[in-house]
Amino acid sequence: MEPGTLDVSSTRSEFPALHQSVAGSPLTYLDNSATTQRPQSVLDAVNAFYSHDNANVHRGDHQLSQRATEAYENARKTLAAWLNATPQEVVFTKGCTEALNLVAASWGGANLRPGDTVLVSTMEHHSNIVPWQQIAGHTGATVEPIPVSDSIELDLEALKARLAKGDVRAVAVKAVCNVGGTINPVAEVARLAHAHGAVVVVDAAQALAHEQVDVQAWDADFVALTAHKAYGPMGIGALYGKSSLLAAMPPYQTGGGMVRGVSFEKTNFADPPERFEAGTPNVAGAIGFGEAVRFLQKVGVENAARHETCLARRAEELLEEVPGLKVYGKAKHKAGIVSFTLDAAHPHDVGTVLNEYGVAVRTGHHCCMPLMKRLGIAATTRASFACYNNDEDVERLVRAVHKAKELFS
Amino acid sequence: MSLHELYQEIILDHGKNPRNFGELEPYTHEAEGFNPLCGDQIRLLVRVNQGKIEDLKFSGRGCAISTASASMMTQLVKGKTVEDAVALVEKFRRSMTEEGTEADMGELGCLSGVKQYPNRVKCATLAWHALKSAVTTGEKVTTE
Repeated sequence: MEPGTLDVSSTRSEFPALHQSVAGSPLTYLDNSATTQRPQSVLDAVNAFYSHDNANVHRGDHQLSQRATEAYENARKTLAAWLNATPQEVVFTKGCTEALNLVAASWGGANLRPGDTVLVSTMEHHSNIVPWQQIAGHTGATVEPIPVSDSIELDLEALKARLAKGDVRAVAVKAVCNVGGTINPVAEVARLAHAHGAVVVVDAAQALAHEQVDVQAWDADFVALTAHKAYGPMGIGALYGKSSLLAAMPPYQTGGGMVRGVSFEKTNFADPPERFEAGTPNVAGAIGFGEAVRFLQKVGVENAARHETCLARRAEELLEEVPGLKVYGKAKHKAGIVSFTLDAAHPHDVGTVLNEYGVAVRTGHHCCMPLMKRLGIAATTRASFACYNNDEDVERLVRAVHKAKELFS
Repeated sequence: MSLHELYQEIILDHGKNPRNFGELEPYTHEAEGFNPLCGDQIRLLVRVNQGKIEDLKFSGRGCAISTASASMMTQLVKGKTVEDAVALVEKFRRSMTEEGTEADMGELGCLSGVKQYPNRVKCATLAWHALKSAVTTGEKVTTE
């Protein structure tokens, strides 16, 4: 395929779940920020593991266990290469939430002291706020918000001013905003934070399928990832951590698989990444995650991003012609996400009407209640695009929003 | 199930022009209802006199279903004894969650379509939970 092109109809044909009707209309799936659909190759990889190689990983002498271990570790290598990291820096977790909890509990528990501050952007998802509040409660540290503008952009000047006080130990930001689509300047945030000795923790949930995540280019200390928002299975994700940081961190959970030796006198923990993978891991999920990365390689994540952004901008333009409709998230750099309110109808009602036309969107606070408060609203309706969406999806969305407007006016 | 069965005229009307909306002075009981799924909340103020709901008002923000349900509720329970109001809350809750219980709901029958949308049932019952809480315990409630 030529660079810069995406064969949307062929890509669509790889996703079995897209080919169905909802309420008598063809499914228009625009809830990709919540979870994407999965291509046949990912479904097949998960099924093949359970059908042929199913065994527990590590320390098994039998062939199935060896195959399972190899497939699991190969998935780690595939993901690490994709992120521009080493396999030792990639810890499998059940998702972004667990990855962020791991960093907050383990790194935060070992490094935060009374008087320390963790800066968390106002646009963060609850999963990058609440773990910090919890560990702050245990360590005596404080969590403070980094302000955002009306257009949902980080206030870098405020960040600089706050860092200059010298008490900030960590800065937690998302790479892409799940409400307004903002693409945050992660590398710039990392540069500023590092200049003041703070670590940077990036929630890359919305980024993985929509930009080339390169942990070196970001110079991020920790990056939380999830597979299911990037065409992979649910229940599997990863934490990238710089090897020097991971090596100094205590375990998050303890048990089998993460120790070198156990006695009642002393337990020695394994090196990363095993130190952070207690218990039987989600092997099939990891294999599916690896396959999802191969799908991203095949499609070309930058081609996909260009396509999605183009559809989202078109949708935004057409939606803004609807009287009383307001789009939230007007950042200069935006991913394929459109969040809006309609003065005549509550987002819940809009979502119900859209569903009657086969259009799947998300409504509510999107697990970003502090951002909603900042914007002065309770909820939005959000359409989020993926590589398989097309012009008809945009048309059906816009048509259905007009119907909602008519019904409630 | 068509949209017009869910969003009947009477629901759209109560949603747009809610009755008994605003503040009440004086009041004897209050409660807040919160739907953690969508962040919607309502505040309900009730004046009980000699065991009867003399007056009540609600405020806050919500979808058409929750606003219409709250509005109709206030009209129906005004003048009722606390005991009868609580019995009606139970009857309404059952009509939203159990099969074959929607008959005989009178004006509230127009909300029966909500049952086909399980994620919206909490919208319809939000104000009712708040009423029960206000007149029985007065504690803040969520619909979790």
